[in-house]
Amino acid sequence: MGSITLEKVSKSFGTTKVIPEIDLEIADGEFVVFVGPSGCGKSTLLRIIAGLEDATSGAIHIDGRDATREAPAKRGLSMVFQSYALYPHMSVYGNIAFPLKMAGEAKSTIDDKVRSAAGVLNLTDYLDRKPRQLSGGQRQRVAIGRAIVRQPKAFLFDEPLSNLDAALRVNMRLEISELHHQLKTTMVYVTHDQVEAMTMADKIVVLNAGRIEQVGSPLDLYRSPKNLFVAGFIGSPKMNLIAGAAAAKENATTIGARPEHIGLSKTEGPWQGTVTVVEHLGADTFVHADVDDVGPVTARAPGEFLVKHGERVFLTPDAEKIYRFGADGDAL
Amino acid sequence: MATLQTRSAARLMMTPAVLMLFIWMIVPLAMTLYFSFLRYNLLMPGMEEWAGTLNYRYFLTDPAFGAALVNTLLLVGGVLLITLVGGTLLALLLDQPFFGQGIVRLLVIAPFFVMPTVSALVWKNMLMHPVYGIFAWIARTFGLQPVDWLNNLPLFSVTMIVAWQWLPFATLILLTALQSLDEEQKEAAEMDGAGPVSRFIHIVLPHLARAMTVVVLIETIFLLSVFAEILVTTNGGPGTASTNLTYLVYAQALLQFDVGGASAGGIVAVILANVVAIFLIRLIGKNLET
Repeated sequence: MGSITLEKVSKSFGTTKVIPEIDLEIADGEFVVFVGPSGCGKSTLLRIIAGLEDATSGAIHIDGRDATREAPAKRGLSMVFQSYALYPHMSVYGNIAFPLKMAGEAKSTIDDKVRSAAGVLNLTDYLDRKPRQLSGGQRQRVAIGRAIVRQPKAFLFDEPLSNLDAALRVNMRLEISELHHQLKTTMVYVTHDQVEAMTMADKIVVLNAGRIEQVGSPLDLYRSPKNLFVAGFIGSPKMNLIAGAAAAKENATTIGARPEHIGLSKTEGPWQGTVTVVEHLGADTFVHADVDDVGPVTARAPGEFLVKHGERVFLTPDAEKIYRFGADGDAL
Repeated sequence: MATLQTRSAARLMMTPAVLMLFIWMIVPLAMTLYFSFLRYNLLMPGMEEWAGTLNYRYFLTDPAFGAALVNTLLLVGGVLLITLVGGTLLALLLDQPFFGQGIVRLLVIAPFFVMPTVSALVWKNMLMHPVYGIFAWIARTFGLQPVDWLNNLPLFSVTMIVAWQWLPFATLILLTALQSLDEEQKEAAEMDGAGPVSRFIHIVLPHLARAMTVVVLIETIFLLSVFAEILVTTNGGPGTASTNLTYLVYAQALLQFDVGGASAGGIVAVILANVVAIFLIRLIGKNLET
């Protein structure tokens, strides 16, 4: 059991309000991702849930119990830090055993639990090593091992993959998702990377300047972003946001079209532009073009689309998949 | 310094400095060694003669030698204990955010800048004096008999004075070490259910181990040769109660004018320092490896 409820939680540092009042429900077993640009308060929000920061006002319920004033250890949550925060003078075994030792468990129980956690995370051969003798991915797994032995009500991840290289990040992403399916424990995950959010989450919480912009499943956010911020943040490459005459034609202040919803052609189409950059990824081709009377637009063509810098191309936005936004930035 | 040429050039450039340091070290050592085998008394100039190992036998069988050796070790050990424990506690305190932190840190470091003779005089006359010392005044305020520190507890008093001087050094080193402790590690331990005491034992102390090693090594070097504090306060007395090896060598050479015996004592002190150094490096030097 591990439901978490935030009720009107706010946080100020001195006179600066970092998080205005926030309400949020996290159901038991859910994988929730907090995503937003750096400095949007997502890590602070996670630390408030963990108990490492006090909420200025509001209440936090964990499992239906009021945990607002409880010490971090009492909340039954465990956290994986961005720097992993392994204890450098302890072996891998010592690191994973530490929370159990602090809980005063018997030696034999500790041994069983550490070994089974190490088994799950493929760390059995490294139990005697010190953290500095491990690679980044292994350290990450030790940090996760330390979190899972306590059998917490929920896991909190604070940008756990940002110190890994790109290939390893994809791997660890899969491993964490798999772990979630295995353990079926609530996970709250903070990241600035919308790809991580889209691939792992059951539910995404998009944060901007401390406010929750939108909450929903990855595809909900992709299909129907509530406002300009969410529209620009979710999806890669970014949605094209076009203001001016082209938007006025649709009775909106700004219109948005995702690169994958813009058809490319060398011969015909309503928009005409000059190619500035072409990115060939093999499976896709991203064409950045300067469209006449519209401005820079990115379009995605499946497979190979052979154009060069400076050539003229024609673009056709899919009329059904154009997003319209009003003057206040909200979707119409 | 990768190529053969730069390497030999570097050697050439360093040679004068290395030679200088070597001569600086070897000439006094060789002269002391030579004197230690002579019958060399300042009251009888020009009458030096070969004495064999007589000086060593004389110095090592002197009852004062045993006492001085024990005093030296007690002084070094006592000061190390006080500065390490006190330094750690002070560093923990100074690491907390509080009003006037900068001023307090400066005040804590201040004793380190006071010359040994000056601080010894201040302690002798203003703090520990049995008539007008502050400690005596405090004792009288509570209706107690004032303690004559330097006469009744001479070695303890000297230890206190020296510890007071070295406490800032230990505090400073340990405070910087404490500040380099990763904040996330402390938070992780907090989430793992470690209370303040367990956090100190399992996270902070192991982190401080290396800094403590540095403190022990550096302080030991200086504490083996404590001299000014003893000369100013107790003159090694009463009897030999506060005489350490350094002071004994001084007394031999300049109070008894026996340069030969003092040289032998000097050589013994060098050997002792080396024994302590080897012992220390064996014991805690592995903390310095990464």
